[in-house]
Amino acid sequence: MNTELITFFIFSFLLIVTSVKVITSSNPVLSAIYLVFSFFLSAVLWLLLGAEFLSIILILVYVGAVMVLFLFVVMMLDINIAKKSAAYIKYLPVGIGVFVIFNVLIIFFFISTFENINYNAINSINVISESNTENLGYVLFTDYIVEFEIAGLILLLGILSAIVLTYRKNPNNKYQNPTEQIDVEKKDRLKIIKGLKE
Amino acid sequence: MDIIFYIINTLVSILMVVVPLFLIVAYVTYSERKIIGFMQSRMGPTRVGPSGLLQPIADVLKLVSKEIIIPTNANKGIFLTAPMLMLVPSLLVWAVIPLSEFFIISNINAGLLFILALTSLSVYGVILAGWASNSKYAFLGSMRSAAQIIAYEIAMGFALVGVLMLSGSLNLQVIIQEQSGSILNWFWIPLFPLFLIYFIAGVAETNRAPFDVSEGESEIVAGFHVEYSGMAFAMFFLAEYMNLILISILSSIMFFGGWLSPFQGTFLDTYFSFVPGFVWLSLKTLIFIFIFLWLRATLPRYRYDQIMRLGWKVFLPITFFWLTVIGILIYLKYLPL
Repeated sequence: MNTELITFFIFSFLLIVTSVKVITSSNPVLSAIYLVFSFFLSAVLWLLLGAEFLSIILILVYVGAVMVLFLFVVMMLDINIAKKSAAYIKYLPVGIGVFVIFNVLIIFFFISTFENINYNAINSINVISESNTENLGYVLFTDYIVEFEIAGLILLLGILSAIVLTYRKNPNNKYQNPTEQIDVEKKDRLKIIKGLKE
Repeated sequence: MDIIFYIINTLVSILMVVVPLFLIVAYVTYSERKIIGFMQSRMGPTRVGPSGLLQPIADVLKLVSKEIIIPTNANKGIFLTAPMLMLVPSLLVWAVIPLSEFFIISNINAGLLFILALTSLSVYGVILAGWASNSKYAFLGSMRSAAQIIAYEIAMGFALVGVLMLSGSLNLQVIIQEQSGSILNWFWIPLFPLFLIYFIAGVAETNRAPFDVSEGESEIVAGFHVEYSGMAFAMFFLAEYMNLILISILSSIMFFGGWLSPFQGTFLDTYFSFVPGFVWLSLKTLIFIFIFLWLRATLPRYRYDQIMRLGWKVFLPITFFWLTVIGILIYLKYLPL
């Protein structure tokens, strides 16, 4: 047993534990925290493959930004403990169905490709340098520039449409105008009256 | 056998960084009280030890011996994990910081990304502490702080993109080496707006004055850590000062040449060649730490909406604009110098 394999087994075991905890814990905030941990652990697995860029970006984007906003929303909700009664049993068959189908697909995929897996696939794209951060950047901005830009545009559209769908102008809202506030001078606020007798 | 040697070697180098770091944090708190004291015509701590030098140790003893009070209906597990979640990322970042030409715990290729990823984690400590305390003040503080950290993190990341464009590498040692030559080759000249933004965003990121709305004493008592006492509070305290030192050292690495001597390229270089790089890095860092303390003594607290406006509407457009300028200059081969 080499260290890489041992690390892999420890972290993948923890990953399975935390992923199960995500769906079994009754408190939504706890679920979100376990999801954060599972992102972390999968980042470690990617790091073991030598995919440093992907693993750090996973932490940076999903843990550092997406899950923070997620936690934000979940904390605002006033449901501390989800009841696992009627709804739990009602959705159980659907859950089992999805679980089975998904796993069957994954297992079929693996059986057909298991022999041909190139464990060093990520390291072997040697475009310009050893570091796969540089390689990914190079490939994204040359070979896949169109797809990359389209993905960016789709994300931008997503942001814009979320704003368009939720933004309602309330005529009663009172706004402060910062530039106006900054531009205030003495004569706007203070009136000196001359000629008053003591 | 090799692996055991490797582990021992790593552990020793970690201890070599972390133990002095805790001492430095202790004395940064002391110097903060002294410096702000002098700026406000006070003496600062004077009682414990000669001119108050043992004050931080007395503070530590007090905090250690205090009880950790857990509020009613607080989520105990998260309440106690939150301070650790705050402290651990700020300690982890030190793994990739080059303290001198030769000393760096882990010289990884994606150092800059690693720093960005880990600094984005400190927000969890804040949010979870605020939520788990089951207190309105703590929750308000954590909400404010989370929004603020997210807003400034983006500007901060973009400021570092400028460094990345000039150095062409994510490795921190390479970033420093790319700045060698003379003081005019350091990145602060071409990246001056980005440097200012990085430093100000760093102040905001560490929740310090003038951006300390998350703990604003006059409004919400102590913000997200209002319910914490004893060692649990001490960990928040440690994390805050650790982040302060971190932002200072990163500013000196990214924009002021890290461990490079400021006399490089002049006739003075040979006279100062005996000074190790670590000393130069420490001096640069101390200047930034002083600026942190100076800001706290001088500036009044920002209004919350002004903080958000500054982050999203001022800093972000400036970084975008300056990155375009840098890109054009690189394309026209005026940069890097």
